[in-house]
Amino acid sequence: MSAESIATFESSLDEVGVECVRTTAGGFESTLAPLLDDPAVGAPLPFDGVSLPESVNADPTVAELEAAATGVTAAGYGIADYGSVVIQGGAAGEEPVSLYADEHVAVVGADDVLPDMDAAFDRLAADVREGAGQSIIATGPSATADMGALVKGAHGPMDVTVVLLEDR
Amino acid sequence: MSAENRRQKAEHIRNLLETEGDSVQQNTRVFNEGRYESTAKLDDYERLKDEARAIKEDAIERLPELVDEVTEAVEANGGTVYLADDAADANRYITEVVDGRTAVKSKSMTSEEIEVNEALEADGADVWETDLAEFVLQIADEAPSHIVAPAIHKSREEIADLFEEVFDPEDPPETAEELTRFAREHLGEKIRDADVGMTGANFVTADTGSLALVTSEGNARKCVQATDTHVAVAGVEKVIPSVEDLQPFVELIGRSGTGQDITSYVSLFTPPTDSPTFGDEALESGDGRDFHLVLIDNGRMEMRDDDQLRETLYCIRCSACANSCANFQHVGGHAFGGETYSGGIATGWEAGVHGEDSAAEFNDLCTGCSRCVNQCPVKIDIPWINTVVRDRINRGKDGDLDFLVEGLTPDEDPGGVDLQKRLFGNFDTLAKLGSAFAPLSNWVAGAGPARSVLERTLGVDSRRELPEFERESLVDWFADRGSRVDPDAARERVALYPDAYTNYVRTERGKAAVRVLEALDVHVDVPAAGESGRAPLSQGMVATARSNAEGVYDALAPAVAADRDVVVIEPSDLAMFHREYERLLPTEEYEALRGNSYEVMEYVYGLLENGADLGALPGGDGERVAYHSHCQQRTLDLEPYTTAVLDDAGFDVATSDVECCGMAGSFGYKSEYYDLSVDVGETLADQFTTDETADRTVVASGTSCLEQLDALLTRRPAHPVRLLDARRDRR
Ligand code: SF4
Repeated sequence: MSAESIATFESSLDEVGVECVRTTAGGFESTLAPLLDDPAVGAPLPFDGVSLPESVNADPTVAELEAAATGVTAAGYGIADYGSVVIQGGAAGEEPVSLYADEHVAVVGADDVLPDMDAAFDRLAADVREGAGQSIIATGPSATADMGALVKGAHGPMDVTVVLLEDR
Repeated sequence: MSAENRRQKAEHIRNLLETEGDSVQQNTRVFNEGRYESTAKLDDYERLKDEARAIKEDAIERLPELVDEVTEAVEANGGTVYLADDAADANRYITEVVDGRTAVKSKSMTSEEIEVNEALEADGADVWETDLAEFVLQIADEAPSHIVAPAIHKSREEIADLFEEVFDPEDPPETAEELTRFAREHLGEKIRDADVGMTGANFVTADTGSLALVTSEGNARKCVQATDTHVAVAGVEKVIPSVEDLQPFVELIGRSGTGQDITSYVSLFTPPTDSPTFGDEALESGDGRDFHLVLIDNGRMEMRDDDQLRETLYCIRCSACANSCANFQHVGGHAFGGETYSGGIATGWEAGVHGEDSAAEFNDLCTGCSRCVNQCPVKIDIPWINTVVRDRINRGKDGDLDFLVEGLTPDEDPGGVDLQKRLFGNFDTLAKLGSAFAPLSNWVAGAGPARSVLERTLGVDSRRELPEFERESLVDWFADRGSRVDPDAARERVALYPDAYTNYVRTERGKAAVRVLEALDVHVDVPAAGESGRAPLSQGMVATARSNAEGVYDALAPAVAADRDVVVIEPSDLAMFHREYERLLPTEEYEALRGNSYEVMEYVYGLLENGADLGALPGGDGERVAYHSHCQQRTLDLEPYTTAVLDDAGFDVATSDVECCGMAGSFGYKSEYYDLSVDVGETLADQFTTDETADRTVVASGTSCLEQLDALLTRRPAHPVRLLDARRDRR
């Protein structure tokens, strides 16, 4: 991570309509709390000292998933130039959780903010070779222009927030 | 084409202009402008395009090997690869896999190509398109009109009416937001209940067996996640060597298509994936997922062996060529025809996968303007593919010789060529005759009875004014007059290329060019070189174009051999020298001519940069000018020279930014396309009749642009070189 990448990441996120909040492991819970609209679902977070609060349902049924207002997952890395987060979906359910809720909260370690696509593809390729089944480069909320005007939130979330863990 | 067919075609186009034109125009222009903005932000746009092209060239070259590699990789992951020969083969396999279950699909043109929905439905399966645009088309029972935004031709109101009619909801959705929510909910149920998810693949990586899917809605992700069988359908050409190779495409594809820096989702799946799937109530482990990659040949391997069509396989189906096409902008994909694909590159695809008949009709809508060439992220020469397919279609026809036209058109192409094509393809001969018999020929051509014969037999629209031939050609005028600059004392010695229009019709711009060059101390010669081959080429008459090119080269060879520059007035002819001659002349000749030829205003710019005296030319004195460059001139990046020279000379220049003037050349004369040509031209006319431009002197570089502007404006336009001619007002 460089301070420059982080600054670029923040401004790119802003351009694609994504709010970015910075926090640390210690401040995580209090940072997350106001971002959660009930009902919230989540997938376990892989960061030391960071976990999902009780109020977040980490084992939702199909119906609970579809009814969720907020979905919290980790994102493997960020891409500063584009304001993208890479969602690495696996058995823990990152993919459905990040996709079905109205709002997706993606938690990214500051260390994992990469400057550009070149760097991102080096990581992606290594991950795929090591068995990552899916990596979604997600940039902003889902969107469509098919119904005559741009609408945010087509099949996927209409809102995305990035929580940046600074002490990583 | 018979008069009746022409009439029907004209009617069809008029109808589309009325019903779909506005929606298509609005959308494609937003995409197109977005593309200019988004690609301008890239520091290394050209490098990325070169990289993308190189990856595709290499991949297609090594395709059989890569197909083996990807098969191994997918099988090692636990999936299956099926290599389908054609549509029927693919459908048979997919039908077996789906086995009557419910399938949800994300958008895939390849699956449209094989019409898999019909096959599955015939087998009793339910199939739902989940891409919102495809869903609209599915319930409207219509074909896509655009490869990226298939329902681009439908307005919000039409979609609202359609939903109301089909679903009869209590509270009918109206706004774009409501319509989206409604469709999302309706399709959400289908996705939850489906057993099979079908997707396409924008790219398939051979090394890891991964699929890259470029989407914005998120439906492809849902189709894969919610179901436990995934069938991905892709043309074999989608295979690229490695995951790293995706990078330039990821940066280019969204920008090129819809003008987004990147789409919301670029999904890289390496199936079968372990993401949880939907059980009846709970999320269940995705470990048991079944994955089938169906790689479809359907003519592609033959395209690969075809030196002319091979490039089509580099296409990443981004739609930039369609969005930047003025004709497409005005009338959309349904006018372009074809069974599946539409727009510029569709000719190559249709000819390759469905055969030439499918390509024949809409291939006509490409005028060869070349605006798409620089917009294509993999640098495909789309106009050339159109020309080649046109040539093949011409040759495929039985020769029904009409000896009268045959006599008038001593060309190299076989007798089967359509008479109308033949007429326009032999413009040189026509112009020579027209000039020899002028003004009588002009009078005859303009008279009512002759016009209606022309319209009936050759489809020359009687609403379009015909060119008026000059009695004295430019070459003759110059031969009489001689050069006015002593060759030994001259700053430069050049040959001015007399294109057929300048030579016989618009001689005034040729004379102006001679005088302007001479004022700058240049010794000019005007050799009697014939038509460049542009006219036959645009009718797909490649053999005739080649013999024209050889003739032109012979006439210009002495100048080129003496290392003199060739100055060209007509941009479409300069483009011939710089682009198409590569395919028509021996390499050495092509390179020599290319290296020595310049557009006239570019040349003037160069002279001034190298010390020629601007003061020798009349000053603009703040004269307000509205300038329309020319398609091919812009593709070659030559527009800035004209504006710079005019600026320096003291003119106040406003420029147009429409893609094209509406092609009043052979295209606009054809009765089947006249209405479209005028409709496209109006966009330019509108830019030159605003408060800011209405009183400006109009100048345009290309002949067809001049003709079009002449027809649509009350001011008479001229070539910009005439602004620099001291005798401008005393013709
Ligand atoms: S030909 Fe080029 S511009 Fe056209 S769709 Fe294919 S890749 Fe895009």
